[in-house]
Amino acid sequence: MKLKHIITMSVAAIGLSFAANAAELRVGLQSEPSSIDPHYHNLGPNNGFATHIFGALVGSDENQQHFPDLAVSWKPVDETTWEFKLRQGVKWHDGSAFTADDVLFTAERAQNVPNSPSSFVTYLKGKTFSKIDDHTIHIKTAKPYPLMPNDMTTVKIISAKAGKGAKTEDYNSGKATIGTGPYKFVEWVPGDRIVLQRYDDYHGTKAAFDKVTFKPIKSGPARISALLAGDVDFIDNVPPLDVARLKKDKSVQLSSGPSNRVIYLHMDQFREDSPHIKAKDGGPIKNPLMDARVRKAISLSINRDAIVERVMEGIAVPAGQLLPAGFHGVSPNMKPDPYDPKMAKKLMAEAGYADGFKMVIHGPNDRYINDAKIAEALAQMLNRVGIEASVETMTKAVYFGRASRGGPDKSPEFSFMLLGWGAGSGEASSPLKALLHTYDKSKGMGAANRGRHSDPAVDTLVQKALATVDADARGKLLAAATEKAVGENYGVIPMHYQVNTWAAKAGFKYQPRTDERTIVMGLSAN
Amino acid sequence: MTAFILRRSLQSIIVLLVMSLIVFVGVNLVGDPVDMLINPEADQLEIERVIRDLGLDRPVAEQYWYFMVNAFQGDLGRSFVFGEPALKLIIQRMPATMELALFSLLIAISFGIPLGVYAGLKPHSKISRTIMAGSILGFSMPTFWVGIILIMFFSVHLGWLPSTGRGDVATYFGITSSIFTLDGLSHIFLPAFNLALFKLSSVIRLARAGTREVILQDYIKFARAKGLSETRIIRVHLLKNIMIPIVTVIGLEFGSLIAFSTVTETVFAWPGMGKLIIDAIYNLDRPIVVAYLMIIVLIFVTLNLIVDILYSVLDPRVRIKGVS
Repeated sequence: MKLKHIITMSVAAIGLSFAANAAELRVGLQSEPSSIDPHYHNLGPNNGFATHIFGALVGSDENQQHFPDLAVSWKPVDETTWEFKLRQGVKWHDGSAFTADDVLFTAERAQNVPNSPSSFVTYLKGKTFSKIDDHTIHIKTAKPYPLMPNDMTTVKIISAKAGKGAKTEDYNSGKATIGTGPYKFVEWVPGDRIVLQRYDDYHGTKAAFDKVTFKPIKSGPARISALLAGDVDFIDNVPPLDVARLKKDKSVQLSSGPSNRVIYLHMDQFREDSPHIKAKDGGPIKNPLMDARVRKAISLSINRDAIVERVMEGIAVPAGQLLPAGFHGVSPNMKPDPYDPKMAKKLMAEAGYADGFKMVIHGPNDRYINDAKIAEALAQMLNRVGIEASVETMTKAVYFGRASRGGPDKSPEFSFMLLGWGAGSGEASSPLKALLHTYDKSKGMGAANRGRHSDPAVDTLVQKALATVDADARGKLLAAATEKAVGENYGVIPMHYQVNTWAAKAGFKYQPRTDERTIVMGLSAN
Repeated sequence: MTAFILRRSLQSIIVLLVMSLIVFVGVNLVGDPVDMLINPEADQLEIERVIRDLGLDRPVAEQYWYFMVNAFQGDLGRSFVFGEPALKLIIQRMPATMELALFSLLIAISFGIPLGVYAGLKPHSKISRTIMAGSILGFSMPTFWVGIILIMFFSVHLGWLPSTGRGDVATYFGITSSIFTLDGLSHIFLPAFNLALFKLSSVIRLARAGTREVILQDYIKFARAKGLSETRIIRVHLLKNIMIPIVTVIGLEFGSLIAFSTVTETVFAWPGMGKLIIDAIYNLDRPIVVAYLMIIVLIFVTLNLIVDILYSVLDPRVRIKGVS
């Protein structure tokens, strides 16, 4: 056994010395991007992957903090105009120079990709780009807009020369895939592999590997065994069940860190007669979830530590608000609610529900880490304070549609649901705007407010924050909005922050990312 | 004969039409693909645009009508996720699945027949009992689990074979396949064996049953009496006669080998149609699901037709029935 270990170690050491010369890296990915076109599909796997090949004006690091990428500096020059100074001397993969024209071309194209199942209009609409000189651009909005740098982290800049008239197919084939990123595109065989090659003229820290091959391996056990068998060097989304075992394995190096994704509960707050809530005897009952005291009682009856310890195998962080500490706009005053079933029962009695009620908890069973198990544990905890909760989970393809629009008149169908929210912009404004602002189609607010929580005071705070360019002032407004909407109103109940785990072969370490993305620039030899 | 083929073809077309209706309505009643596709941060207007662009705001009957009109022009719709024609995506991945299915068929035959014949010739030996017990296991163990176990043993523990993906491909005689390279062969062996296990077991059982029956026939006794060698008896007189049911079953089941490669392809991350369909089902990529099922139905219908025609050629009784 000892000898075997020595041999393994020396083999690993040889591997390391090769790695210093940076040979090839093979990555096992859970989700394959649906296209190489950086503007075709605005979704996590695509946006994360595109970072290897393409740059954005503003970079987003592992904690979603901004750093200069294709723009070296940015600032508001008046109430409604942002100025971006572009980096000089950046060369595209085809050798041509990067200028403001490329940015203007990108802004136009990214909003108009045919057949796009989710477009970048979300980040670009209402913005007018203009070129001041070859390396300066202005972006104008109708109203003061503080999230400009955040939005500019999402849109990847493409070459105007290579992208002229190019379709999504031309990016998939590589014909138009010319970026400024640390890796050049080589080939994509859908379902099999994506191959990238180091770009020697990259303007930032040069790539660590000559060649990177991404292999989509959807099944968790298969991904782990591919790593153990040495067929890949690095995998993402390690299932929590395997973490304890892999920790003991010397040939594997785990990296995990909390994400920007909070797992939370949304509660029907707009129907007097909620479809999945009944009195204990099965008769009708006035929707108890409309009473903030009941919502608080539910929060107090959740033993978050027990869920993290037993259901999540210790791999999660109890949550008291919408984003973990460190993000912009989180409140310094809010802690996770304590487990206090006595107080919960008292609050239920005060609200007039001393006898409890019957309720169905709806949740997905294949979207978040251990989602169905969380719902079951939750039901047991609620039963202890007199809420007779049953659980109904379903596949995400069915669940989210019903949760958003399954009821009459395309209203949310469920009464009490388990959901998750990742703050793409890295700011508390993202969940506040989408989950807790009053549902308002004309303003584009509350789009994911499936409980239809509505409080004018919260709306005012959120809107004010979204129009405040000064970062500190905005942060305070967002924190105040969170304290009101979550801390007082219990508009949603946060449960925990998801923790993501990556695994690399020994000798490599990944810098975990809060946006859950797998980007090989974060992988280093240690 | 011509009338028979014509009538069968007509029946096949009706089956295809009925299937298209069932499949289309079926997948359109389940779930909502919009939330699978769109970025959660999108606002209401963007969500509505996507619903409109994908045609999901129309009634199912109208969507089906458009599907049929396009289908007759050879267009089975565009993938929601990839934005490319569903048929193109499936055909792109078909060679990988075909080579996997053919290779596992080869494994099933080349291991199944000798083992089955041996078990039939010496039914009471310990080895035969082991073979038969093994075939029961092959029938009853879940493919996913066996796949993982194969990987853990051959790839992780022994390190002999790669655990994931398809190997290098090479082109010979106009066919591009990974079985022409050593790397490709090493990649295909485990998934093909995993997929073959079920078929292997049925071939063993069929070969054994056939052998047990044929070995008692008069012509075998006569051949023995003539003093022919045992190998010649087995090769010429026995094998020829047990092959008829085996060939029938293998022919008919080849379709299911393709259709059920999904699990194996998922475990071994094999870039074939099966993995595409599983992903499409999870993401509710309806056009791919519909197109895939149509293709599978077409394969089954065609295989059945071929088997029927072969039967009517081989067996006069079937032909008479068919013509009447």
